[in-house]
Amino acid sequence: MTFANIQSRARSAAGSFLDSRSPRVLVGASTCGLAAGADDVLEALPGHLAEMGLDIEVSQVGCLGLCYAEPLVELRSADHPPLLFSSVTPESLGHILTTYYRDGGGEALATMCDAPHGETPPFEQLPMLEGQVRVVARNFGRIDPENIDHYIARDGYTGLARALKMDREEVIDELRSSGLRGRGGAGFPVAVKWEFCCNEKADQKYMICNADEGDPGAFMDRSVLESDPHSTLEGMIVGAYAIGATEGYIYVRAEYPLAITRLEKAIEQATAYGLLGDNILESGFSFHVKLKKGAGAFVCGEETAMLASIEGKRGMPRTRPPFPAQKGLHGRPTNINNVETLANVPVIMATGGEAFARNGTERSRGTKTFALAGKIVRTGLIEVPLGTPLRHIVFDIGGGIPDGKAFKAVQTGGPSGGCIPAELLDLPVDYEHLAEAGAIMGSGGMVTMDEDTCMVDVARYFIEFTQEESCGKCVPCRLGTRQLLQLLNSMARGDSKPGDIDLMLEVAHAVKNGSLCGLGQTAPNPVLTTVKYYREEYESHVNDRRCPTHKCEGLLQYAIDPEACTGCTACLRACPAEAIMGEPREIHVIDPRKCIRCDACYQVCKFNAVIKS
Amino acid sequence: MPTTAHIPDLDSVLACHPREESQLIPLLQDIQDHAGYISADAMRAAASHLNIPESSVYGVVTFYSQFYLTRQGRHRVKVCQGTACHVRGAVEIIRAVSARLGIKPGETTRDFEFSVERVACFGSCALAPVMVVNDKVYGNVTPEMAVRLLDELT
Repeated sequence: MTFANIQSRARSAAGSFLDSRSPRVLVGASTCGLAAGADDVLEALPGHLAEMGLDIEVSQVGCLGLCYAEPLVELRSADHPPLLFSSVTPESLGHILTTYYRDGGGEALATMCDAPHGETPPFEQLPMLEGQVRVVARNFGRIDPENIDHYIARDGYTGLARALKMDREEVIDELRSSGLRGRGGAGFPVAVKWEFCCNEKADQKYMICNADEGDPGAFMDRSVLESDPHSTLEGMIVGAYAIGATEGYIYVRAEYPLAITRLEKAIEQATAYGLLGDNILESGFSFHVKLKKGAGAFVCGEETAMLASIEGKRGMPRTRPPFPAQKGLHGRPTNINNVETLANVPVIMATGGEAFARNGTERSRGTKTFALAGKIVRTGLIEVPLGTPLRHIVFDIGGGIPDGKAFKAVQTGGPSGGCIPAELLDLPVDYEHLAEAGAIMGSGGMVTMDEDTCMVDVARYFIEFTQEESCGKCVPCRLGTRQLLQLLNSMARGDSKPGDIDLMLEVAHAVKNGSLCGLGQTAPNPVLTTVKYYREEYESHVNDRRCPTHKCEGLLQYAIDPEACTGCTACLRACPAEAIMGEPREIHVIDPRKCIRCDACYQVCKFNAVIKS
Repeated sequence: MPTTAHIPDLDSVLACHPREESQLIPLLQDIQDHAGYISADAMRAAASHLNIPESSVYGVVTFYSQFYLTRQGRHRVKVCQGTACHVRGAVEIIRAVSARLGIKPGETTRDFEFSVERVACFGSCALAPVMVVNDKVYGNVTPEMAVRLLDELT
């Protein structure tokens, strides 16, 4: 079958779904939505619809990016504009359905068409969407991720069909004109990477998709795979064609079960449509993909470690050269790209590299997705042109810091990245500027921290993580991260020595310069940036034995102020360790030996009677 | 060390995997799906099936955090330790869960009802702090809610 035939068949099959005036209930059902309760909503929906006598289909879609407002439900009907409802619960569902299907009303978050509906703004005009440009997220929440027809009907696989009619060199040139750089962390130009591998002569080459999104605080790749798995798959097939690979692997974290299910379905459907497998679209090119589930090792995000893991070994990195493009999986030339990088490729191939390059800056072209999390009002998944100022991301899109607290830092790039302080909020977010600030783009996690966050604790947290995840092969990383952790632990406990900050910097530089792979080379970044921008906080810990934000437990004690305590028993009931004693309407006491310093009493006390010192 | 009595169909699990070294991790994942953990006998069987040294199998099992060497509890409690969860109070969740069950992360209760683990990141950071109980993800967890979820299971 020709691609034009596949496309017209898919368009008619997807027709009613893509028509926003065709009656339907859409539920955002990616992991975030499900965790917020979308599964309960899905369970309650059929009963409600039957009760109301409505014969309306319920569909699951991916992530609209507004995780703070999950579960999200979109209602469509022939008589009213489509409306998007936020924070829906099984209890509120009946009311929402009744008011919408009766008169098109309801307290909706947004309308899903261009014009406002009464007071309700269009989705694109929500404050969180301001300045966003959705390329990677083009299909998020708009299609059923488990339906290939929806993807094709929205121009999916057009890029692949075009690429297969071009020479490999022409495909690589199109990529070069886009300026696309790797979205997994290092930002290496994709066209150059493909060209290296294309130029190698071998009987077998491999194309690998790195979906081992291990950075804590990052969930862009999970969202892509859960909301639009075909875009990554299509990018991978184009890449395989460009480098001449006939076999490929997608290495996914086992912590992402939903992404794995959706990818498996996508592979099955693409194969059934002749878009994957033997003789793709009758071009003579064949490509087969297998899924490999990770087994829980952060270091496997490093490409040589990942190759070892796919071969069935311990995921230990090795020295480069030889680079994977020369000697990769099973000693054959191998190209590895991350999920988001590949999800950009179909757009570049369909609409041209130059159109893609219109977004972004001189050296950082295109758009980038970021995962907004931490102490920020609107958490979620966003996509902005590279070069967007950090301030716009945190305060306009993210809505600033909750509870009237002050902004303290944004942590980018996970354990390999760094903390960016308030004075650098006007920094344009692109590869070069982030590196200059001592952080890295990383895969796109952005964790916002408020005034209550202790930067010594943040550094300690990351070093504990990298120390646990260090594979142990090279000495600087194995022993250096342990040394750094010991120093940070002693600062948090209050038994550090004068000069420990400088000693820690010395060790940090040794680890950075001496480690074998990216994990060790970047592991000290959280320490280096927090000392650079928040040195006075370290000095309070070391010199005054004081944690200014009361976070470091070793420097902390809980007690109840007898003057302020009303004996309301709220703290006693909240204490999971049974460390609080007292009868109702009598003064309560905390037993310091039983206290686990969980802060629960402090948080529930309405009379400010719990004192932290 | 318990025996493979927990996996009546170990042979049929082995038979699904070609005898290639690259099959080791999928094979171990399969064994664990059936038995809940990887026993010494299962490791020996995997080594002989793939014709690789037992030490290589042990090396792989101990390298990856998802493989367990001991029997796990009936209810699996995983508390996320991602960055967003950390700054939004994951430490307090872990502490409350440990205090309630009387075990530390990485341990199993003596009646094999509960196992508690710290997990690097589930990627549901927008709903931090996150806890996963028997594969169901819970968002915006508080120490009290965590304890209540456990109490509902006992």
